[in-house]
Amino acid sequence: MTTQSLRIADRTFSSRLFTGTGKFSSTGQMESALLASGSELVTVALKRIHAGDKADDTLRHLTAPHMHLLPNTSGVRTAREAVFAAQLAREALETNWLKLEIHPDPRYLLPDPIETLKAADELVRLGFVVLPYIHADPVLCKRLEEVGVAAVMPLGSPIGSNKGLRTLDFLEIIISQSQVPVVVDAGIGAPSHAAAAMELGADAVLVNTAIAVADNPVQMATAFKLAVEAGRLAYEARLGSTSSVAVASSPLTAFLDE
Amino acid sequence: MFTDLLNQYDWATVSRLIDTATATDVERALSRTARTLTDFAALISPAARPYLDVMARQSQQLTQQRFGKTMQLYAPLYLSNECQNICTYCAFSLDNKIRRRTLADDEIDREADALKAMGYDHVLLVTGEANQTVGVPYIKNAIRLLRDRFAHISMEVQPLDQPAYADLIAEGLHTVLVYQETYNRDSYQLHHPKGKKASYRYRIETPDRLGQAGIYKIGLGALLGLSDWRTDSFFTALHLDYLERTYWKTRYSLSFPRLRPIDVLGASGVQSRDFGQCMTDRELVQLICAYRLFKPDVELSLSTRESPRFRDHVIRLGITSLSAGSKTNPGGYVVEPQSLEQFEISDERTPAEIAAVIRRAGYEPVWKDWDPTLMTLCR
Repeated sequence: MTTQSLRIADRTFSSRLFTGTGKFSSTGQMESALLASGSELVTVALKRIHAGDKADDTLRHLTAPHMHLLPNTSGVRTAREAVFAAQLAREALETNWLKLEIHPDPRYLLPDPIETLKAADELVRLGFVVLPYIHADPVLCKRLEEVGVAAVMPLGSPIGSNKGLRTLDFLEIIISQSQVPVVVDAGIGAPSHAAAAMELGADAVLVNTAIAVADNPVQMATAFKLAVEAGRLAYEARLGSTSSVAVASSPLTAFLDE
Repeated sequence: MFTDLLNQYDWATVSRLIDTATATDVERALSRTARTLTDFAALISPAARPYLDVMARQSQQLTQQRFGKTMQLYAPLYLSNECQNICTYCAFSLDNKIRRRTLADDEIDREADALKAMGYDHVLLVTGEANQTVGVPYIKNAIRLLRDRFAHISMEVQPLDQPAYADLIAEGLHTVLVYQETYNRDSYQLHHPKGKKASYRYRIETPDRLGQAGIYKIGLGALLGLSDWRTDSFFTALHLDYLERTYWKTRYSLSFPRLRPIDVLGASGVQSRDFGQCMTDRELVQLICAYRLFKPDVELSLSTRESPRFRDHVIRLGITSLSAGSKTNPGGYVVEPQSLEQFEISDERTPAEIAAVIRRAGYEPVWKDWDPTLMTLCR
């Protein structure tokens, strides 16, 4: 049984699991895990690669035909720096897709909403397909949508924390009102978190640390693949509604029927 | 300025806080997810000794979660051994009658080529303190020579004024290492009797000036062996905590250099000066793990001062960056390999050998983790 495919800008994805390339114990292990994940969109930090060099050790392991690269701007602190880095990434990696990351805070890597909106606006005008990493802020998501981003990537919890969907209430609002795909990024630490995001109606999730740091990254990548598919199938099959209010055997409004 | 906070602390009181920590204090510190300075004091205390393995496990887990299974590699490039300071523990000290040397442009090029050939993309520029010959213009020139060849440039030179830092950052400087050596004022004066470095205050306020200049990363540390290592480490942690709160866009790294033997040139030729053991291996592991438990996101760096056996084992316990194949004399890689080193290296293995050790430990050696395109440079 297959799920509906996902369309972002000019591309269609059959896998709704996006992945990162950092933190793996070797580039060989990274490649095996990413292949096992079935992921068709993988982020690459500009700072980790020799962008113009085809022999770069990371890039050499990301050549499977179904794998599209999504360069990210991790390291920049301002919109101006992000735009500059994006242009170099486009030239070097021959893609106009960009994961826009502006986190001036190097400890928690929390995104700067003001700089991100400014950069997104300019990058869209410059012809980029922009996927911004942001806090789970529904208003910001709408503002980004208005400037023309291709998707929004709100965080589930602080990046690398593996804490799951701590921003659940805000993700629900974002998903309910978004007109662009919503990719839950950051904090997804277990396949069950990924499944929960997909059941909620997220269009995709992005996972890195939980796979890279697992004792067996290939097996964990497979687990995430299955969880994302299961969550999406459940969403498409329409989950039954839950209720925390028991239905009383003698309804308070019974007198109306008497 | 950090000095305002520092003045609220008293060395003897802090020492007592650490020495009187109990097993209960340690257990409380271990059970928390976010730890305070008081928790840190307990974790470096003698009372934490029986808990070392628990600390090591937590440290490993936190480090892998934050940094992944990766280890960054960098190498120092010594540009000059000229120095106007007297530091009792350093072979570059003004009173050591060694031959002084400052690399010329073509020599910097050749040393840089050698580092690139070893695989390095992160370089640490090191000098003594000689403001006439190795001042800001010299350093700026060196950065210009190197910035197109290295992805990441850091430096460990004399403390500078804020505008000079701003100037060098705009040229491509990413990181500055400035170790206080010791936070104990009396000991500091004793070990730094002469030169600009004799000013404790100018040195301790250097990270503030760096933060104000917008530096990307600051490396802090105390030279372990000058004063009580525990108390010095508490003050290092206090300094780090203050800086993180104040200059929140800056990244931080910590080093924990233990004093190494140096060669001193006297009337009867070259003699080795040994400082004895100031801190056991077990205590250094305790300190590394305590730093990690206190600050899960701080970078922890270990140099070739430490022995191969020790380095091989602590890779997994919280360290995030290593140097390898280092030469601590100007021209040490190719220009003039025989000149006198700043201190004796303990781990002499090549970068390729260290990379293999890292891989065997289940980690990926990372040679490049920055790109100048991410900075706004004036060119």
